[in-house]
Amino acid sequence: MVTVDLQPILQRYPNASRDALIPILQEVQEHQGYLSREAVVEIGKHLRLPASKIYGVATFYNQFRFQPQGRNHIQVCRGTACHVKGSAAVLDTLKRELKIDAGQTTRDGQFSLEVVACIGACGLAPVICVNGEFHAGVTTKSIAKILDSYRRKATPNDGNEAA
Amino acid sequence: MITIEVNGRSVRAEKGEMLLSALRRAGITVPTLCHIDGLTPSGACRICVVEVEGQRNLVPSCAFPAADGMKIRTHSPRAVSARRTIVELLLANHPDDCLYCSRNGNCQLQTLAEELGVRQRRFAGDRTRHTLDTSSPSIARDPAKCILCGKCVRVCEEVQSVAAIDFIGRGSRAKIGTAFDEGLNVSSCVNCGQCINVCPTGALTEQSHIKEVLDALDDPNKVVVVQHAPAVSVTLGEEFGLPAGADVAGAMTATLRRLGFDRVFDTGFAADLTIMEEGSELVYRIKNGGRLPMLTSCSPGWIKFVESYYPDFLDNLSTCKSPQQMMGAVIKHYFAQREGLAPSRIYSVSIMPCTAKKFEAGRPEMGNGTDPDIDAVLTTRELARIIRMRGLSLLDMPAETADTPFGERTTAGKLFGASGGVMEAAIRSAHYLITGEEMGNLNVHDVRGLNGVKEARVNIAGLDVGVAVVSGLGNACKLLDQIRAGRSDLHFIEVMTCPGGCIAGGGQPLGTSSEAVRSRMKALYSIDNQEAVRTSHHNESVKRLYAEFLGEPLSEKSHHLLHTHYTRREVLV
Ligand code: SF4
Ligand code: SF4
Ligand code: SF4
Ligand code: FES
Repeated sequence: MVTVDLQPILQRYPNASRDALIPILQEVQEHQGYLSREAVVEIGKHLRLPASKIYGVATFYNQFRFQPQGRNHIQVCRGTACHVKGSAAVLDTLKRELKIDAGQTTRDGQFSLEVVACIGACGLAPVICVNGEFHAGVTTKSIAKILDSYRRKATPNDGNEAA
Repeated sequence: MITIEVNGRSVRAEKGEMLLSALRRAGITVPTLCHIDGLTPSGACRICVVEVEGQRNLVPSCAFPAADGMKIRTHSPRAVSARRTIVELLLANHPDDCLYCSRNGNCQLQTLAEELGVRQRRFAGDRTRHTLDTSSPSIARDPAKCILCGKCVRVCEEVQSVAAIDFIGRGSRAKIGTAFDEGLNVSSCVNCGQCINVCPTGALTEQSHIKEVLDALDDPNKVVVVQHAPAVSVTLGEEFGLPAGADVAGAMTATLRRLGFDRVFDTGFAADLTIMEEGSELVYRIKNGGRLPMLTSCSPGWIKFVESYYPDFLDNLSTCKSPQQMMGAVIKHYFAQREGLAPSRIYSVSIMPCTAKKFEAGRPEMGNGTDPDIDAVLTTRELARIIRMRGLSLLDMPAETADTPFGERTTAGKLFGASGGVMEAAIRSAHYLITGEEMGNLNVHDVRGLNGVKEARVNIAGLDVGVAVVSGLGNACKLLDQIRAGRSDLHFIEVMTCPGGCIAGGGQPLGTSSEAVRSRMKALYSIDNQEAVRTSHHNESVKRLYAEFLGEPLSEKSHHLLHTHYTRREVLV
C-alpha cells in the first residue's frame, strides 16, 4: 500500500486536542479518498488517541469510509422522496448482490457502496448514482442489470473478478 | 459531614460525595449497571435513579452529589417504575437466552428483571443481528447480549490504558468493537479479562476450555495433570458461598482428585522456581551491567502490552517464563521422563485466576512446536462450574495435600497471588543469593497493600536496590513513561496486569468488591505468617529439581526449558 504523507495536514493542527479530530478526519479522507489503517494510527499518534476511539468517532458519522472506493462507486440516495419510493429495498438488494455493507468495497475492487443524504434528484426517485451517472426509478429487479452494465465496462485485464 | 434524608431516615454523607456512595454506606441498595467504583460516573444507564425533593426529574444517584438537607426517595413508585421501564427497554433488544447463557443465575440484567417484577415482554423491538467474536484465545464476545453500558470500554481505557475497544456506529447500530471492527485477537487487547469482570451481562465471557478438559478426563489413555495458581485457593470458596479470603487449598486438592485428575500440583512450586531463576537473573544483570530496570514477566497480559505498546522495553523484561509455563515445561519434560511417559500422553491443565493465561498457553514458543506445554487453562470460575456439574460439594471435602514432587511450595511462592508478592519473594531470595544469609526480618511492608504504585529501596550487603511494584497497566504506563524520560534509580519492577494482582484477575469470581480483594490479599499474607518455610530458596523440591535435572539457576537446561523471548507486535494501538 502506498503510504500517503499526512504530515502536511497534521502540521496544520499543532498541539491539537480531540476537538480537532473530525476536521482532521475530513481532510485526510478528502486527501486519500478514505481513512486507511495507517492514517488512523498516525492521526492517533498526533492527537494521542487510541485507534479504537478514532474508529468509534468516525463510524458515528456516515461520511467516513475505511476502504478505498471501488472502480465503480455507487451512491444510494436515502433522502425522503427516495425513501418513500422504496430506497431501503434498493439498498438491501445492492448489499446482498455485492455482499458488502454501505461504506465498504467489494473484495475485487469493482464496486463500492455509499449511502448519501438527498442528492437533489427527487423527481427520479428512487435514484442511485454510479460514477456520477444517475439511474432513475431503480427497482430491486433492475439492479442486477445496472451492475452488469458496469461489470462489462471493466477492462479485460481487471482479471477474475466474477466472484 | 452533612446530613441527608433518605426514605424518611437521616443519613450522613460527605459534602459533594455522590448520592450512591452515601446510600450504600447506609445499607440502602440502589441498582447500578454502568457505575464502576473509583472511576468517574458516566450516568449512561440511569437505572440508579432516585427522587430528590425539589428536582423535577429523577436523578442518577451515581452522578448526583449530596447536599445538606437533601430529601431523597430511593424506592418511590416513580423511581421504581422508571427503573422497570429501563429494564424493559433493554430487554426489547435482548435475546431471551437465559437458559443457554453462561451468566444464567449470575447476571445483573436477569436479576434486575426479576427484582423489578418484569413478567412480560412489553416492547417488541427489532433485534439487532450480531455476530459472535470468538477470535480471541481468551475472551468471547456476544454483542447480542450487550446492553451498551460502556463499562468494558472504560475499564480497558481508564484502568488498563489499552483502549482496545470502543463504541462504534450509532443509534440502533451502535455496538462495542475494536478499531476497524476486527476480531479481538488481532486488536491491541491484552486478554486481561478485566472487561469480563465488570460486564453486567453474558456479553463477555472467557473462552471456555471446559469441554476439552472433561474429554481429557474421560480419556483412559491420558494422564491428566493439573496445577493451581496461588490466587485460586483464596477465591474459589466464594463461588460456593464462603466469605472472601477463605482458603480452600486442601478441599480444592481433594476435589480435583475426585474430578479425576491423576496428579495435583501447586503452581506455587513453579513460583519458587521462578524466583530462583529470576532472582539469579537480576543479580547477574546488576553484576554484569545488564539491562535495567528488570521487569517481571509472570503476567501474560503485561507481556503482550510491552510487545505492543512499549517494544523499546523488551530487553528489560526478565526472560523467565511465567510460573504456569515453567510448571508446564517441567511436567512435559522432567516429569514425563521420570514417569516413563511420552509427553504426548500427558494432558496438562492449569487452574488460573486469569484469562490471559489461555493466550499465554497458546503462544508458539510455549511448547515444542507441535505439542503445547499447557493443554488447557481453566479460570477459577470454570473450575467452580465443573465442580457443580459433577455434583461435588467442595465444602464437604476433607483437606488433602498436593502431590509430589511439584506440590510443595513455600509461602513466598504463595505470595505471587497478590501485587507485591513476587517482589517480596524475590527480595527474600536475592538477599540470600547475594549475601549467603537470610534477611533478619522477611517482611517487606513497603511493597504490600492495594496501592497501584509502591516503591521501596532495599539495602542488600551495601548494594542499594531500587524496586517498584505496579498493578493495573495504566499505572505501569506511567512508570515506563518516567523511565523513558530518564528516571534511572530503579533496578527491579514487578508488574501485574490486574489492579491488586492475580487475586483480582480476569478469571476470578464475578461481582468482586474492593473489600473482597482486600480479604483475599489478607488471606495470602496470613498464610505467609503461619507457615514455617517462607523463602523460595528453601523449597526442598526445587532444590532437588536443580540437583537431579537442571543443575543450577540460569544453567543451559534452565535456559532451554524455563526461559523465553519476546517479539514486537504490530497491532493497531
Ligand atoms: S445476559 Fe443475562 S439476561 Fe441476557 S441471556 Fe444471559 S443471563 Fe439472560
Ligand atoms: S481483555 Fe483487557 S485488554 Fe482486552 S478488551 Fe478486555 S479489558 Fe481490554
Ligand atoms: S460488553 Fe458488557 S460491559 Fe461492555 S458495554 Fe456491553 S454489557 Fe456493558
Ligand atoms: S449506574 Fe448510575 S447511571 Fe448507570
